[in-house]
Amino acid sequence: MSKVRVLAGTRKGAFLIESDGNRKNWTISDPLFPGWEIYHVNASPVDPNRLYASQCSGWFGQMIQRSNDGGQTWEPVDNRFVYDGVPGTHQWYDGTPHPWEFKRVWHLEPSLSDPDTVYAGVEDAAIFKTTDGGKSWAELSGLRQHGSGSQWAPGAGGLGLHTIIIDPSNEQRLFIAISAAGAFRTDDGGTTWLPINQGLHSEHIPDPAAEIGHCVHRIAMHPSRPNTLFMQKHWDIMRTDNAGDSWHEVSGNLPTDFGFPIQVHAHEPDTIYVVPITSDSLHYPPEGKLRVYRSRTGGNEWEALGNGLPEKDCYVNVLRDAMAADKLDKCGIYFGTTGGQIYASSDEGDNWTAIASNLPGVLSIEVQTLA
Amino acid sequence: MTIRLVIPAHLRTIAKVSGEVEINVAAPVTIPAVLDALEAKFPALQGTIRDHVTRQRRPFIRFFACSEDMSHEPPETLLPDAVLEGVEPFLIVGAIAGG
Repeated sequence: MSKVRVLAGTRKGAFLIESDGNRKNWTISDPLFPGWEIYHVNASPVDPNRLYASQCSGWFGQMIQRSNDGGQTWEPVDNRFVYDGVPGTHQWYDGTPHPWEFKRVWHLEPSLSDPDTVYAGVEDAAIFKTTDGGKSWAELSGLRQHGSGSQWAPGAGGLGLHTIIIDPSNEQRLFIAISAAGAFRTDDGGTTWLPINQGLHSEHIPDPAAEIGHCVHRIAMHPSRPNTLFMQKHWDIMRTDNAGDSWHEVSGNLPTDFGFPIQVHAHEPDTIYVVPITSDSLHYPPEGKLRVYRSRTGGNEWEALGNGLPEKDCYVNVLRDAMAADKLDKCGIYFGTTGGQIYASSDEGDNWTAIASNLPGVLSIEVQTLA
Repeated sequence: MTIRLVIPAHLRTIAKVSGEVEINVAAPVTIPAVLDALEAKFPALQGTIRDHVTRQRRPFIRFFACSEDMSHEPPETLLPDAVLEGVEPFLIVGAIAGG
């Protein structure tokens, strides 16, 4: 029987949460890297035993851990994320130039074809790549050295590169997103990058339709339709059908279009999920009712999914990297909260169960569907 | 000579050691020389005590010896005799911070 393994990164360690394919009985591991912030744990799609974890601390900086046995044992690999050349400056919150300073790795995205190749999205925003399983990292500096780099400014959570999507039909094409610079695409494996923000509209920046400066929170893609991307922006749910050349809004009937994660169903490329959050100043669900919203039409028409989720007095947030889907039939949807709960649905979001209730605040969720 | 080191619990986990660490350091025994020897013995600790690029002490790390804070001593400062003789350990401490 198939098996599901949830990889949860939290404020105080990582947890592996496992079930068989019925997804009814779950076991939670002891904390991995206890006491450390685990921004992300992710697995190679071609070697499910190969895991990578971003482990960091205000005291001791950044570590990258690698497992070759599905998370049973881990070894630290290279933690040297050094910007290429003279880093220069980006914009600070007050508009003044600020030197680029590496702070942490937000997101690890393993290659679709090689378990030793991984991309890392870091703060201050840059993308790094390893081709030797993490023994060394090199910056793909064409992104940061894009002519707009000096204009990038951090979002409230920092200048983080948080989203990396590899086009499964062409691994030379990557999509990335940065808070609060926007989305970018490379078609040559990361040498050159193009901002892909046309159609985004952000009232809170000086030019609401600017090429650079949009606070993109998350982008998602279904592998069968790599030119279609869905975006949760600071405000607005957006969609592109031409690989980011232009975007249009699909927020439709959502109660609020502010939020952080966005996820695509594993088998239905037009079924997408978001977690509406009250506003940019109130990072909790409207009316204290935790609801996932699902669109089966690629946006615009949304339905609330709350069966099994808190009906009242719920004031948690769901962070941008904290939602994922398994590949079983029916597709399972998972998300973690800043309050330390992980909710799972084994029926595409119709019903939810807390599979963990008392973890540290959840920073990231990934799900492996194992044979 | 052999220097006794006390390192923070989280770094003991990274280095996969327990208790004090002993390292061999050639004279002159300064803080940078101790850190060089520590990182050579435990490469996973590179970047955790001092920045990879600037080689500066990370802000929430402090260095103590013989009840004295040596965090701001010039790099050429020699460690106290009691540390060189193995009577006292050299302490690398994660600062108490937070709330």
